[in-house]
Amino acid sequence: MGEKRDVQQGTLALMVLKTLESMGPLHGYGIARRIEQISGEAFSLNYGTLYPALLKLQQEGAVSSEWGLSDNNRKARYYRLTRAGRKQLERATREWQETSVIMARFLSPEGSR
Amino acid sequence: MKTFRTFLSRVAGIFGRQERDADFSAELDGHLQMHIDDFVRAGLSPGEARRQALLKLGGTEQVKEAYREQRGLPSLESFAQDVRFALRSMRKNPGFTLIAILTLMLGIGANTALFSVVNGVLLNPLPYPHPEQLALLAGKTTQFSRASVSYPNFLDWERDNKSFSSMGAFRSDDFSFTGRGEAERLHGYMISSGFFPTLQVRPFLGRDIRREEDQVGGAPVVEISQGLWKRKFGSSPSAVGQTIMLNGTSYTIIGVVPANFHLYSGSDPQVYVPIGQWNDPTFRDRRIGMGMNVVARLKPGITIAQAQSDMDRIARQLAAAYPEANASTGIAVGTLKQEVIGDESVNRTLYILLAAVAFVLLIACANVANLLLARSTGRAREFAVRSALGASKSRLVRQLLTESALLGLGGGVLGVLLAWQGTRAVLAILPDALPRADEVGIDPRVLGYALGLSLLSGLIFGLAPAFQIWRTNVQETLKSGGRGLSGARHRTLNAFVIFEVATALVLLVGAGLMIRSLAVLWNTDPGFDPHHVLAFNIAEPPIKGADAAQIRASLRSLEDRLHSIPGVQAVSWNGGSLPLDGSDSELPFWLQGSPKPSSDSDMDWALFYLVNSDDLKTMGIPLLRGRNFTRADNEHSMPVALIDEKLARQYFGDKDPIGQKLNLNLINMQVQIIGIVGHVKHWGLDTDSTNKIQSELYIPLLQIPDSFMPLLATGGMQFVLRSDRDPSSLISDLRHAVAQENPEAVVYGTKTFDQIISDSLAARRFSMTLLGIFAGLALLLSSIGIYGVIAYVVGQRVQEIGTRMALGAQRGDVLRMVLAGGAKLALTGVAIGSALALALTREMRQMIYGVSATDPLTFTGVALLLVIIALLACYIPARRAMKVDPMIALRYE
Repeated sequence: MGEKRDVQQGTLALMVLKTLESMGPLHGYGIARRIEQISGEAFSLNYGTLYPALLKLQQEGAVSSEWGLSDNNRKARYYRLTRAGRKQLERATREWQETSVIMARFLSPEGSR
Repeated sequence: MKTFRTFLSRVAGIFGRQERDADFSAELDGHLQMHIDDFVRAGLSPGEARRQALLKLGGTEQVKEAYREQRGLPSLESFAQDVRFALRSMRKNPGFTLIAILTLMLGIGANTALFSVVNGVLLNPLPYPHPEQLALLAGKTTQFSRASVSYPNFLDWERDNKSFSSMGAFRSDDFSFTGRGEAERLHGYMISSGFFPTLQVRPFLGRDIRREEDQVGGAPVVEISQGLWKRKFGSSPSAVGQTIMLNGTSYTIIGVVPANFHLYSGSDPQVYVPIGQWNDPTFRDRRIGMGMNVVARLKPGITIAQAQSDMDRIARQLAAAYPEANASTGIAVGTLKQEVIGDESVNRTLYILLAAVAFVLLIACANVANLLLARSTGRAREFAVRSALGASKSRLVRQLLTESALLGLGGGVLGVLLAWQGTRAVLAILPDALPRADEVGIDPRVLGYALGLSLLSGLIFGLAPAFQIWRTNVQETLKSGGRGLSGARHRTLNAFVIFEVATALVLLVGAGLMIRSLAVLWNTDPGFDPHHVLAFNIAEPPIKGADAAQIRASLRSLEDRLHSIPGVQAVSWNGGSLPLDGSDSELPFWLQGSPKPSSDSDMDWALFYLVNSDDLKTMGIPLLRGRNFTRADNEHSMPVALIDEKLARQYFGDKDPIGQKLNLNLINMQVQIIGIVGHVKHWGLDTDSTNKIQSELYIPLLQIPDSFMPLLATGGMQFVLRSDRDPSSLISDLRHAVAQENPEAVVYGTKTFDQIISDSLAARRFSMTLLGIFAGLALLLSSIGIYGVIAYVVGQRVQEIGTRMALGAQRGDVLRMVLAGGAKLALTGVAIGSALALALTREMRQMIYGVSATDPLTFTGVALLLVIIALLACYIPARRAMKVDPMIALRYE
């Protein structure tokens, strides 16, 4: 059970970091909406899982947060990528790309020969 | 780094829980509001929008719980919860808690106490800088593996060795201390100038003895102990430079030795004088060791083995240069710690005792486990409900273990206090039983041991109920309403009781064997009659320039004076040593008419006693053949001697020794044998026959050559007297008589021979006392254990018993049934324990004497005792069972 969730969490964390990089500071709801949009609604995200992931990133120092007001004047906590978070994103992105290249090569018909 | 940061922030997350909870609630509210706004904008009704938003979020409570788990350290938080819960449940059951903690206190306390002894005696290094470099050097002869060192040899060792950075000689002696209040006798050391520098013990005040002071003609200087400094000089710094009178000579105080200095346990030296100033011809004789030992500090990087081979080289040189004194002798090099602790048997005894006391703790654990088990039956419902409400089994087990760990810690804290007081009490009763006894105490290592023991025992006795929980079927428990006793649990309780009885039996057998050994020893004939005999010393200030005739005259006069004390039947002086008090003096001899051996070490040696004609009567030693000394055997007549039966048998066989002559050229004497006396167990009631030197030789003290008389007189003369009543009641008369003879004389070292014999068994009594205490604890705990289990079982079976009685069972039947249940457990325990004891007591062979390790009397006696105690423990619940009223018992059904 633990292992499977870890992978999901890791993936989710990467998506959060990427979202914050491209969108700038954003609240939890905004991040959730953005991830759903990018994944073309194919990725059915349970919004609630986002918050422990955000907390974990905060504990690791990858993001920081502060209170602010949303476009509609709702009180919301805004998350922002830190320098460490940016590095973590670069590293994770590289690893993902390398892994997906390897996996693609591995799973393609030529690779199996 | 990242994980550490996470950990820190999670630890921080434990605190300020409420604010953080409120914070997150606000964040979630904002989230929901934004989502609802979006849904409303898309055309949903506010109610439907809210429902959809909540659905998408996945339930606020669940999210909050997941968030909380990520925030803090859930295990730490639940641990804190467990602790709080455990404390609450301990408070709710004060009786149970008290019994459990007291039981553990006994177990952990006894273990901690003994460990503090092992720690102080065996584990801790000696209290000197770089103690591993310290060695003790002694002579090694045919007769002795550790012989005292002669002063000339020491000087050569010190000069010629290449392995030691420094060496120091020391020798115990007593000094008459006069001129400052009442005259008294002080224990002291004669030391060479290297003694304290070798140990790296610095004077607390003033300075050490200088090399130029450590030789004949040096200024008389003395270092005094901090105790004497406090007692006689009120701890005044101006004491240094003042003078004290020792043996009639004025010594200048040059330094104060710190109070915590002691090489051996026992009475601490109070004065230290330069040994090199002592000009006695006997002391300067290379052939004679006067009880002098040598400490030495290894040069860095040199091992004991290298030092040994270096000293072997010196021994060979000395043997070549002084064959008469040093042929066939060697030099023994041992670590100081080993030599201070003494022989292997101390090690072994302590470890056996440590094992014994561990058994006591196991019994205590079994008792507490049983209590917990019995209680967890009552709590089964509680646990079932909690488990139904979502607590995982591991969480329940964790909570149980937390409870038992807390009990263990509670017992541990009290146990340390018990150990602290108990150790002091035991060591106060038997101070001479152990080397380094004064270094025993509670230190961090002992505390760590107690802590580990507390947690370990918490784990041990917590496991049984925890295991029970693990196996419990929640639904079954809830259905049965939490009542009833499963067969498995019943078997566990029984197994614990059997284990306790078996263990108690092992300990009781051990203690029983020790007690029997001591009883045998007490009844061992020492070869003389020790009752009503008093030994004591009288020191008269030496008369300057007194010659042998004057000394003899003064001895005679003292003898007559002592004789005149009412109640005194016989008095003898005793030059040489006393049997059984740990001292010994020997002389080499050879038979007149046989060739003279080439060296002292090649001669035969005998214990010698310098006495008067009343010695046999005083000591109660039987004269087997020939005649006793008379007053006419004095300095004017031919030197004579009595020999013991062993010397007679070994050297004369069937020949008649009477009339034969022995050469004692170490003291320039030839003595004629005039009688044979019984052998005295000089070396110890138990160990006498294991010593190489068995021969004993009695010589009239007055016949000793003139040149040795001053030496005998300066040491303070030892006497023995026999009285017609308790000799300790004579002591004040004795002091009075001596004061009349010479007001400056000091009487000291008075002890009855019963006391000397009792002291000679101190180490054995120490082991026996401890083993007895442990066995008593084991007996107490296991009988409480049996009582608890039987009482519990009876309580559970009230309905069954009521039914039986309703069906016609008599009260006697019920009593028998309950007792039989207890007896079965006890007998099983006794059987298993006996088998175990047979195997284990073999390890004790060194500690027991005169009885077999499988002594049938001990085994049967102990087994009977245990069964009787077990039945008594069952009797109380059995009576309660007998009084069960069937009507009341059945009404509950």
